[in-house]
This record gives sequence, structure tokens and C-alpha cells, in this order.
Amino acid sequence: MNRIGVFVCHCGTNIASTVDVKAVAEALSHERGVVISQDYQYMCSESGQNLVKNAIKEHNLTGVVICSCSPRMHENTFRKACSEAGLNPYLVEIANIREQCSWIHKDITTATEKAVILGRTAIAKVTLNTPLTSMESPVVKRALVIGGGIAGIQSALDIAEAGFEVDIVEKEPTIGGKMAQIDKTFPTLDCAACILTPKMVEASQNENINIYSFSEVSDVKGFVGNFTVKIKRKARYVDETKCTGCGLCTEKCPMKKVPNEFNAGLDNRTAIYIPFAQAVPKIATIDPNYCMMLKNGKCGVCSKVCTAGAVDYKQKDEFIEKKYGAIVVATGYNPISPEKFDEYAYSQCPDVVTSLELERLMNAAGPNGGTLLRPSDKKHPEKIVFIQCVGSRCDDDRGKPYCSKICCMYTAKHAMLIREKYPDTEVYVFYIDVRTPGKNFDEFYRRAVEQYNVHYIKGMVGKVTPKANGKIEVQGSDMLADEQLRIDADLVVLAMAIEPDKSARPLATMLTTQMDTNDFFTEAHPKLRPVESATAGIFLSGVCQGPKDIPETVAQASAAAAKAIGLLCKNSITCNPCVAHSDELMCNGCSACEKVCPYGAITYENKEFRMPDRTVAVRRVASVNPAVCQGCGACTVACPSGAMDLNGFSNSQIMAEVDAICK
Amino acid sequence: MNSKNENLKEQVLRASGVNVLKCMRCGKCSGTCPAYGEMEYHPHQFVYMIEKGDIEKLMNSPSIYRCLTCFACVDRCPRGVEPAKAVEAVRLMAVRKQDGNRLKPEQIPDMLDEDMPQQAIVTALRKYRK
Repeated sequence: MNRIGVFVCHCGTNIASTVDVKAVAEALSHERGVVISQDYQYMCSESGQNLVKNAIKEHNLTGVVICSCSPRMHENTFRKACSEAGLNPYLVEIANIREQCSWIHKDITTATEKAVILGRTAIAKVTLNTPLTSMESPVVKRALVIGGGIAGIQSALDIAEAGFEVDIVEKEPTIGGKMAQIDKTFPTLDCAACILTPKMVEASQNENINIYSFSEVSDVKGFVGNFTVKIKRKARYVDETKCTGCGLCTEKCPMKKVPNEFNAGLDNRTAIYIPFAQAVPKIATIDPNYCMMLKNGKCGVCSKVCTAGAVDYKQKDEFIEKKYGAIVVATGYNPISPEKFDEYAYSQCPDVVTSLELERLMNAAGPNGGTLLRPSDKKHPEKIVFIQCVGSRCDDDRGKPYCSKICCMYTAKHAMLIREKYPDTEVYVFYIDVRTPGKNFDEFYRRAVEQYNVHYIKGMVGKVTPKANGKIEVQGSDMLADEQLRIDADLVVLAMAIEPDKSARPLATMLTTQMDTNDFFTEAHPKLRPVESATAGIFLSGVCQGPKDIPETVAQASAAAAKAIGLLCKNSITCNPCVAHSDELMCNGCSACEKVCPYGAITYENKEFRMPDRTVAVRRVASVNPAVCQGCGACTVACPSGAMDLNGFSNSQIMAEVDAICK
Repeated sequence: MNSKNENLKEQVLRASGVNVLKCMRCGKCSGTCPAYGEMEYHPHQFVYMIEKGDIEKLMNSPSIYRCLTCFACVDRCPRGVEPAKAVEAVRLMAVRKQDGNRLKPEQIPDMLDEDMPQQAIVTALRKYRK
């Protein structure tokens, strides 16, 4: 005999202003099995919870229905309260009459009617609820950081500092990421390499950190506390254990015409290469797309000059499998290509460059050794035009709808650095808005205007035309003066929009975590859980979650690390008992469930069954590993015989809910 | 803003299909316009003045006949505002305006010449009918 208690929350005016809560409580009191039905101002408050607890004891309740906000908000609160009062926490059902009712309706009569239906549905379900017990699952005390940029390095260092093992998987031959390519950092103008490389070295020297460079994550299985990750170690054709990083091979390699990605393609490198002087690990890598030995079998110079005998042309991609308790995603970003923006003539003129290319043009380790020269004729540019928001805040498919956040500041930085080093240069910046929120940020931008005399023009450039005399005509509007300007520039710099790295989307699929339409990872809550993904045990670090500058990235990286450490500190975690199970007598062994299970939780086994005629038959039946099952329910839908069922969301419970709605 | 202006604005918005609220005032349309120097009001001003309801000022300005309808602004606008279509709509308002006839039916016979296609006469009458 069911004894159900119904508790209807006002949520201040959130619910009560559109739903007649008293009428709901009254209507639900007549439902079958309901022994008490009450309304209260704030059910989640201490006194509201006490109301529920006392009712459980007083009326000896066998089920509780709370009509309130989304279960995402307070399901745990009420489960805990009921468990304190001696009721199994899984005998609590939440009817969402706020997000799915009061907030979306204006008419009190309709909303009240719907709230009653939602309450009745929850009552129908709770009648069939069974007590469930959570299991414990052990936590593997090791973390994986995907991406070795400043975000990944910082997260790894913090986790390692707390005493846990960390592996960094980086797809490039070295860690360092985009920050390694940047010349100076705002707003202090200190050299990026000078503050980054000590961290890179620290990461490589920390005995808790293991760096898998030139590697990619190829498969992820498991769940929070117990992920099994397959890592592809791409063949670099150099034995990492032998290479000393002397660089002799890179000097002797005859294939010298490979575009150097570290210098944004502005100069060339050799086919066997070390990306830059401070690379970590400092190990040579052979680019198989250009190496003549690997392509045609002719050359072998690097192997001959290598005194350590590290070159191995026969190396193959290797796969390793490791277990992790937590995963930090730090896959970073790339600037988008300017090629789609014909009006800026990037493809036609080498002196139209992107901001990242300018970083390299100005860097001491760049193609010009730190002297700013035009790529076309290696002359000093006297007039430089910066164009901001290229592809950012863009409504069409050429660009990105969001603000890339960092461009205002780095453009001010570029303008200032150029005016400081070459005071004879005229610098113009075309802007739509200058956005500089942040500590010492607006002061920085104002310094560019007031001290360095950078000409900021409110308006956008419409057209860039390379001229025969080597000049570049920039035609744009000055909206404050209401005139159209034509500037004959020597160099044009495009502040390109940024986008998440292309590897992020397939990774999100492997991690079964969510992304937004722009391929940024979605955080569990935009305000209150900014570094966790919606999938337990997966944390977000840096630009993979949204555009950020370096200080913000580092802050978020440490936050993600703190969350990961919090998880790794535990010896075990409580599992969700709402997992699938199969009725062996009904299972026909078709494998449909095994195929749809995204967690690999279902296996098949041959079992002996006693048949009605007293013979023994061996049948193939499904079996669910409750520690791996995440309770998504895909198998229950796929099962043709109805053998697969989900605890807490059984087929009969769902049908009862549907019946209650349709009544 | 009086109701007559609101009505004109409504007509321009409907005729052009342009959503002026999408404009983020970057000025790329005016930065790209090849007829900029010839215009009293420039493409970005068209968009802003339509938003404010200043349609009559635009209708009476020669700027509406200076726009080449080259669609460079439409092509390059990062927000998809399509200023040239807004200009075209204002031009249409001016052409359709009543009481502002520049041609009276009785003037037509004197203006006829044998090279003028019949279609043009019919159109002119239809367009400038009182």
C-alpha cells in the first residue's frame, strides 16, 4: 500500500505568481495513494525540508513528490533530506513546475492545470519506484591533460604539485602552444618566452609529469574516476630515448624548403626539425611529407650525422593504453584563415599579414631576427594599418559570431611596440569598439593613444588594394569625422578571429561531452561550474571553453586543476544506481544493446538455463557492468524484446507517466 | 517621432527586408562604398537614419540616386544588414510618393519622340498618376 506525500513549492513568486499552488496541492491530495499534500513558500529552505522530513515520519510515507524547480537544482537536496528521515533517496520524484511550467506560461488557469498534470505524472511514477542503493567505484589517481599549451602546462603543474601523476598529451612535437609563438604579452610587455619557457622546463623536470609529445588521444572509454584512454604516439622517426637534441641533423638536412609553422609559414625549416630553440622535449622530428628518405628512400643524411644513432626511418605509430581518474581538456585555439576575406587582399599581397604573423616578424627568433621588415621587399614599413575584428562579430559564414576578446589588447600592444621601437612609423588602428575590460587593460590602451600617438579610427576598412608601387591602399571609413579615408600603407595587419582547434570536436565525441555551435566546450553551468564539463570527471582549461587571454587562461587552468585534484583525492566515488539491467529470461541475445552502448558497459555471455522440460539449454544473454553504465537508457530503447530496463526509469514507470499525462 | 514617420519607416523596412537593428555601427559599408564621395548621406547613415525614422530627409536627398547598387556594402557587411537594399527601398518611397509628381499626363504628348518605347509611356503614366 503506497503512502505518498506531495509538497508544492511557491518558490517565492517564481511559481506562485503563475501557478495557483494551493489549488495544485488540493487537486493532488485526491490522487490515489496520496496521504498528505501541502504547499510551502520555499520547500528547499531548512524549514521546508523539515516539513518533508516530519511528514515522512508522521505519515510513514513510502514515496515523496516535490513540485518545484528543475531536478537539476534541488533533487539532491530533497534526496538527502528524505534519506535523513529514513526514506530511500530514490523514492523521491521531482515535478518540475517552474522551468517547465510557471516560467513559460502567462495564464494562471493553464499553468495551474499543467502543474497538476505534472504532479500527477510524478505520483504515477513514484508509485512504481523501488529503493535503490548506490555503489562505490574506485578512483584511479592519475590525471590526463589533453593539450600542452599554457593552459595544459598550468593545469598539469598544479595537479602534479598536489602529488598526483599527470600525463600531458600534445599533438605537436613540443609543448608550449600558441604562447610560445607570441613575442610580448600585454599589459606588462614582458617577453612571452621568458615567462613560458621556465614553466615548460618545470613541467618536463617534474617527476609527476609525463609528456607525450607528438601524440593524440585516439579513444576514451570508461567514466569518472576510471577512464581508459588510448593514446596514439605518432612516429617521429627519431628515438626519443636516444636523441640528445644537438641539432646537427637539422643543420645537415638537405630538404630546406619546408614552410616553418612555428614562424607562421614566413620562413622555411628542414624536413627533420626541432620547432624552436627552447622546445620541450628537445627532440628532433622528421616530417614525413617532406623527408626524401621516407618519400623516395634516397638521402639518409640525418641518420649518418646522428652520433647518438637516434634516427629510425622504420618507426611506426604506436598505441598505448592508460587509465586515468580525471581528464583536463586544454585543446586551445587557432586564428581563422583570412583567405575568405577577399576585400583585405591577404592572398594577393605578402605585406598583408595576420597578427600572429606580425608576432613572428617582430620576434628575435623570427624570420627577420626581430627587425620589423615587410615580407615582400624586406624594407622597413613606414605606415602600418591595423584592422580589428576581421571575422569576429560576424553574422555570415565567413566569420564567427562572437568577439574574440584578445584582439583589442594585442593590437594596442603591437601598435605600442612598433611606435616604441620605430618612432618614425605611423600607426593607424581601425576599430569598431575598443573593448578593454581587465586589470590595467584600459590604461594600456589609453597609453597607446596618449603616449605613443597611435591613430585610432572609429570605423572599418572596406577595401585593401595592393598598388604597383609597392604601397597598399587602405580604404575605410572614419565614422566620427564622417569621411572615407584612403591611406597608402606599407604593411596591413589583420586581427583575425579565433576558433577552437579542429581536434576539439572529435575529442568531444570521444569524451561524450558537449560543445556549443562554435565548437567551444560547454561548461556544466555558465556561472557556478565554469571549469567542469557536463560529463563528470572532464574539466575544461583555457580557450577550448571560450576566448580568453593569458591571465584568464592560467586562472582557469588552475581552477580546472583544483577540481581535478578534488576528484583524485577521493579513494572512491559514489556511482549513480540508476543503471541498466537485463532480464535474462527475456533477452534473445541480438546484440542491439551492445551496439548502441556508448560506454561499452554491455557484454554477452553464454549461460545455462533450465528449460520447462527439465533439460538444460545454453543461451547467449546480455549482461551490464553497473560500474561502467552511465544510465543513458539507449539500450532500453534499442532492445526489441523489452529485456533491457533502467533502474529508476523503468519502462513501466515511463508508461505510467505517459498514461498520467494522457488521462 | 510622429506616426507619419513611423509609417514611412515601417514601409521602408518591409519593402527592403532589412533589419536595421543588426547594425553594429562598424562603418564597413561606408568604408567600402565607391560612390561615397558623391553622397550627402552615406550607407551607414542610411541604416542609422532609417532606424531613427528620418526617412523624409533621405527621400529628399540626391544621395538616393548616387547609390550605384553595386552591392559592395551588402557583400562585405559583417552583420548581413544589406544597406544597398535599404537605399533602394528609400528610393522606391521617393518614386512612389504622391503629390510630388514631376510629370503631368498633359505634358506627355509634347515629350513624346518616336524612339521612346510604348512601354515607357505606360510606365510613366502608371508611376506618376495622381
